Amino acid sequence: MRARWRRLLSNVVVALCAGAVLLALVPLALVLFYVVTQGISSLSVAFFTEMPKPVGEAGGGMSNAIVGSLMVTGLGALFAIPVGVMSGIYASEYAGSRLASLVRFAADTLNGVPSIVIGVFVYGIAVLPFRQFTALAGGVALGVMMIPLIMRTTEELLLLVPPTLREGALALGATRARAVFTVIVPAALPGIITGILLALSRIAGETAPLLFTSFNNRFFSTDPTQPISTLTVQIYTYAISPYADWHRQAWAGALVLVSIVLLFSLLARFATARMERLQRGQ
Amino acid sequence: MNSFSRIVLGTLVTVGLAIGLGGCGGTDGGQAGTSAQINGAGATFPNPIYSKWFAEYNRLRPDVRINYQPQGSGAGIRQLTSRTVFFGASDQPMNDAQLAAAPGPILHLPTVLGAVVPVYNLAGVSAELKFTGPLLADIVLGKVTKWDDPAIAEHNPGVTLPDMAITFVHRSDGSGTTFVWADYLSKISPEFKATVGADSSLRWPVGIGGKGNEGVAGMVSQTPGSLGYIELVYALQNNIPAGAVQNSAGTFVKATIDSVTAAAAGAAADMPQDFRVSITNPPGQDAYPIASFTWILLYEHPDDRAQARVMVDFMKWALTDGQPHARELGYAPLPKTVVDMELKALDKIAVQ
Amino acid sequence: MPTRPPAASRDELLFRAGTGAFALLLIGIVAAIGVELFKESRLSIREFGWHFWLTDIWDPVAGEFGARPFIWGTLYSSILALMISTPIALGIAIYISELAPQWQRRPLVFLTELLAAIPSIVYGLWGIFVLAPFVRSLQLATPEWMRDIPLFSGPPLGVGMLSAALILSIMVIPFSSSVTREVLKAVPQAQREAAYALGATRWEAIRMAMFYARTGIVGAVMLGFGRALGETMAVTMVIGNSPQIAWSLYAPQYTMSAVLANEFTEATSDLYLHALVEIGLVLFVITLIVNVVSRSFIWSMGGQGSSRFRWLRQAAGARA
Repeated sequence: MRARWRRLLSNVVVALCAGAVLLALVPLALVLFYVVTQGISSLSVAFFTEMPKPVGEAGGGMSNAIVGSLMVTGLGALFAIPVGVMSGIYASEYAGSRLASLVRFAADTLNGVPSIVIGVFVYGIAVLPFRQFTALAGGVALGVMMIPLIMRTTEELLLLVPPTLREGALALGATRARAVFTVIVPAALPGIITGILLALSRIAGETAPLLFTSFNNRFFSTDPTQPISTLTVQIYTYAISPYADWHRQAWAGALVLVSIVLLFSLLARFATARMERLQRGQ
Repeated sequence: MNSFSRIVLGTLVTVGLAIGLGGCGGTDGGQAGTSAQINGAGATFPNPIYSKWFAEYNRLRPDVRINYQPQGSGAGIRQLTSRTVFFGASDQPMNDAQLAAAPGPILHLPTVLGAVVPVYNLAGVSAELKFTGPLLADIVLGKVTKWDDPAIAEHNPGVTLPDMAITFVHRSDGSGTTFVWADYLSKISPEFKATVGADSSLRWPVGIGGKGNEGVAGMVSQTPGSLGYIELVYALQNNIPAGAVQNSAGTFVKATIDSVTAAAAGAAADMPQDFRVSITNPPGQDAYPIASFTWILLYEHPDDRAQARVMVDFMKWALTDGQPHARELGYAPLPKTVVDMELKALDKIAVQ
Repeated sequence: MPTRPPAASRDELLFRAGTGAFALLLIGIVAAIGVELFKESRLSIREFGWHFWLTDIWDPVAGEFGARPFIWGTLYSSILALMISTPIALGIAIYISELAPQWQRRPLVFLTELLAAIPSIVYGLWGIFVLAPFVRSLQLATPEWMRDIPLFSGPPLGVGMLSAALILSIMVIPFSSSVTREVLKAVPQAQREAAYALGATRWEAIRMAMFYARTGIVGAVMLGFGRALGETMAVTMVIGNSPQIAWSLYAPQYTMSAVLANEFTEATSDLYLHALVEIGLVLFVITLIVNVVSRSFIWSMGGQGSSRFRWLRQAAGARA
């Protein structure tokens, strides 16, 4: 009797958990549904090739914003990759040292800082002193957000490299630097690249840190010392406006943005799977 | 490394190089001075005409790119004072304290005349509603809370007003449009003046906030039963019904180019040297009571003289050839006397 | 573990200094954020002191700044989001790690990470045009007597606390669930086998695993809380941006991150700017504390354990 009641309870809980999964999938489906249906109907060649039209006139596109987003994300990666990878190397090579624990703590902290706060910070150090909103400042803001992700994946993956590789290299007379850069890092490279791609996918969708750094630009620009238009900020501007044409473009922009983010994510997933296979092969 | 990593690394490097080289190719600043990008920020009130002007001007002179970002008058003043933009734009003139805090003397240059209109979203009501100043103040203060309140019905006989709560939509950002609206309400309602006051950022007793004229227009369009205040052109471009407001002569006036021009008549005749003037609640039978000039703000002695030259040329164009575009959109062109004064004032800006 | 060479050669020193410099840079950045925030909020701290957090009045005209409505909005929305998301996140984590057949695992993990990958601005866009009107019709459908309860009172706007909390919970779910999944993986299989050997039902075995992992689960939930605290764009687009303290789920309110996004570029006076930065400073400190505490909970549970790619997976959900 009691056993039946317990089994019933267990089945109920199992059903509830499955229900939770379905419940979470509902908003996912809804969001993707709207983004895809609304976005596709507004996508056109013009969207990718034209610049915004003056306020109130229908038409135009987001060519400057798409390029701008790629550029700012690229600048961020340029800044974040060396810092992230190098500090990751330090944290794995000197794992027991105080600096290593400190940098790990700092990375975890930085990872949790709200993106708007990072925007405020970068405004103070990169915009105000130079009295200019720049794509570069936007890149710095995005880069700061990428650093902890890249650093932690680099560190963890370097620690996973079998010690035999290192011992072999050192036995052949390599200095530590040479051993690390020519043997250990290349061994972990697929995973490091995965980490970078994941960081890129996370950061490509950011809006808040760009509001006060890269600002916005009506015109097409690839000048790092000038404000630049970005997909995310443009979507925001259009979304809160009253113009129906802008709303349509916002959905199209959202579709493009989600596609870019998914592309990076899928690339990263492909690399992780590959890497797991490599690791298991050993 | 394996081939996959090689491919990905190669792609990243190529993209990075492309962006880097593209950046070098696209630089305008250091060249022979023929092309310029000038950044400005400020009011959303004139954004429709400014975006039209800058696009037109760029068509006429492709080497000049004036990048204007509508962020609100407050942002315009702030960014100009911190010199993170070259020019600002505001519908609220800078007060003496703000001018003193700026690193150099600033010129206020009126560009067009516009109107702030009360807009609303009432499904069954197609007629144009009439509001008196005190009524608007009461709504904003939260004293009149329903659309079928007798205070509203009194001025709108024959209109069936629904039993719906009024949702007041105001600006969540620092706004010159807010200043114009509040300036008018302060003039006709001592209670409003004492409780809320007139500035670009206010403590509203009731309501929800939208960002920019666009945000308020968007919220009103999407919120049945709402009442907001936006610049006339936003109401026209988005087919949002706007109400008529009673002026100081007692007539209910719609915001039109003519009624706005009438509102500026007195000020045009008597314009102060620094162009800082308020034209809300003016005398005159046909004057629209909530109208305003909007200004572009420029330093008299800017650091970048080349950019100053470009801006002065632009202003001269805007004050002459640009005015018809304003009329097309729904802004009132500047009175001739003001234009003449301004063209002379532009000489104050150091361009060498 | 890498072994230390017997004597520090010059190359060794160069290598250590070189990589160490970047590590210092990272640490420096974090420190700089704290310093910069503190420096740029001095005026406000000096002017208002503790009253800043106890006053309701946010009046830029009069120069009076009180941030209590923003703390209220942030906490209310985040706690509400936590209440909605935690059962769902736990349910998903339990299902994926304990109940799902092998073939379901990968696709489900992919789908939850997809939820995390959608940028906040896209959620905001969807929130304005789909969720808010839905909440509005929900409000219109509530019976009269319910509308008198303070929790459900207010005009049907669509934008408000409920919309914000719903969007936040959607964004937090994949995050808490993936960390919970990792935490559950750290429960030794032997424990589960012992439970089953004693005749436990599935639920009872799960309950035992959850009890074992309880600190880790609390940590995972707290991490989700930290994420919700800092979320900006999606919230500011659906919360109504009205600095008021209200219990009603339908009332428009304001959060710390939203006010920063809206008012930062235009704070016309130094005091105004410093007041805003002070809000940023507090946001920074609060999220720091929440993150540190939650991480200590997670790690006290069982070290690095099984999660080689913990950071990869965490990275998938780790953005504010």
